[in-house]
Amino acid sequence: MERKRIVERLSVVFLGSFALFVGMVFPLLTLGVLLIEAIPAFEKFGLIGFLFGRTWDPVREVFGALPALFGTLLVTFLASAIALPVSVGIAVFIAEICPRRLKPLFSTAVELLGAIPSIIYGMWGLFVIAPLMAEYVEPFLQNTFGRIPLFGRLFEGVPTGVDALTSSFVLSIMIIPFMSAVVKDAFEMTPPLLKEAGYSLGATKWEVIRHVVIPYALPGIMGGLILSLGRALGETMAVAFLTGNVHRIPTSLLEPLTTITVAIANEFTEAVSDVYLSSLYYLALILFVLSFGLLLVAKFLILERLGRRWRAATL
Amino acid sequence: MKRLVLAGVMSTLCLAFGEVINGAGASFPYPLYSRWAHAYYKETGIRINYQSIGSGGGVRQIRNRTVDFGASDAPLKPSEAKKYNLAQFPTVIGGVVLSYNLPVKDLKLSTSAVCGIFLGKIKRWNHPEIKKANPDKDLPDTRITVIRRSDGSGTTWIFTNYLSKACPEWKEKVGYGKAVNWPTGIGAKGNEGVANYIRRVKGAIGYVEFAYAIENDLKVASVENREGNFVKPSVETFKAAASGAKWDPSKDFYEILTWQPGKNAYPIAGATFILLAKDYPKERNRKVIRFFDWAFRKGDKMALDLHYVPLPEEVKEKIRAYWRANGWY
Repeated sequence: MERKRIVERLSVVFLGSFALFVGMVFPLLTLGVLLIEAIPAFEKFGLIGFLFGRTWDPVREVFGALPALFGTLLVTFLASAIALPVSVGIAVFIAEICPRRLKPLFSTAVELLGAIPSIIYGMWGLFVIAPLMAEYVEPFLQNTFGRIPLFGRLFEGVPTGVDALTSSFVLSIMIIPFMSAVVKDAFEMTPPLLKEAGYSLGATKWEVIRHVVIPYALPGIMGGLILSLGRALGETMAVAFLTGNVHRIPTSLLEPLTTITVAIANEFTEAVSDVYLSSLYYLALILFVLSFGLLLVAKFLILERLGRRWRAATL
Repeated sequence: MKRLVLAGVMSTLCLAFGEVINGAGASFPYPLYSRWAHAYYKETGIRINYQSIGSGGGVRQIRNRTVDFGASDAPLKPSEAKKYNLAQFPTVIGGVVLSYNLPVKDLKLSTSAVCGIFLGKIKRWNHPEIKKANPDKDLPDTRITVIRRSDGSGTTWIFTNYLSKACPEWKEKVGYGKAVNWPTGIGAKGNEGVANYIRRVKGAIGYVEFAYAIENDLKVASVENREGNFVKPSVETFKAAASGAKWDPSKDFYEILTWQPGKNAYPIAGATFILLAKDYPKERNRKVIRFFDWAFRKGDKMALDLHYVPLPEEVKEKIRAYWRANGWY
């Protein structure tokens, strides 16, 4: 009797403190370290000056985050834009079209794609995709889209295969398994009743997918999109081989760029001066706030609101 | 910070298993130090644990006194060495070479060509400035893609130091350091990264440590030196660059080997340095010294095998005297 109660108490205390540490104290500690270490750079450049500064000059110790920040956002959004239609397509196929017997085969294959460590994608991107892009895809793009006035400017430059386009493409492959798993789950939650109602009205399979399944799963698709955005933000590290590592805002998709994670990984070990090191911490702080903010938006605005609509629709 | 903690934990762990000397720093001499360490371990049973985390990290760790010795490609100025109470001596000499990807052999690059290429002003390989030094070669109308390091590095320090001395415009616009604000080009991580990009991108040019160029079978360019001669990078021309150096022990051997005078001197050479904390117990530094003294006596062949240039005998003697003066030898 006594013993049982002690075990009960202890487990509450232990598990509670684990949750407290991992959930509350660790993020706060991380934030604290970033804040403290970023102080020298903050004092020197301020918030606006750093966020919108376009030079990154370690010799003269002038640092601005805009190129890295822009690169991070550009690669993340491009990757998501490529991944979204593909993921929805994969999810539709697995959830609705694929014969029941083959379903496990396809869904395991996609999930396995997600189990490959991201750095391997980076290497594969550099050795396989980048040469292909440089020799075939990018010259082709330049000769077709590149001829269109204004829009064509996006494809100017030397096709080296180490640029915004290749980075986004490889990153999108990295987030596709993640996104398609979430979207597929959302599709599978469509009540059979609704689908059968659609069929009984004489709708074809495609019409049911378009007018019943996809609208019903919309919150799931949005959720998958936002979670993948969050993941892509951090995964920009894996494309370190592919970005070209240049602290400059690209004016074309074929120009090299850099991202926050890549800049930190590349420069941290050799950042000799205090302001340099501090500026890298400052970059990390911006990324922290960015991904934290994205998660908050996802959690409280979109998921909650859409969730409510979802529930209302079910009733 | 994490690294420091990790290094601390590792060093305590290692202390429990026999004698270990911990060092950290430059990646440029890493292949050699690990070769030396292996041979030294076989002979004496003393383990050298060298982490190639980069010169900046090496300086930081010895400043924080977390390792037995630090290593850096860029020498500390005597004033800095004094400030952090560090001793400094060179170990080997190496060179940074310009590698390129073109179907042209034995390319010669004049100083103004190198400046123009890295400032982004010379954009094509058939530019008159490049043609002038290579009148008999068929230079294609290919775009030049500059490949440089994306991570901070001692190799970059040596190369940009050379550019600052050779081109007034570079000095004014960019300057030199372990990382700089490059006017043009694509960044690749590590010597391997640069070598790999050069091999892949047609019309690419970049700078790598000599050994990497040889290992990767890259074409290397002859570079115009201070006297106006075109010199091929080789162990001999690196040696020639170092021959004029004074190696003054009172300045902690502070010596930069780029843009040295001498008919046969290769302009982009550099030495790599070891840093020791003067306030460590004498016995602790003696252990490190014993390793490097052993390397000076028996390691020259290994250095040559890996395309580093061993220090001349008289410089080694100077270094031994410097150790003696500190009471370590």
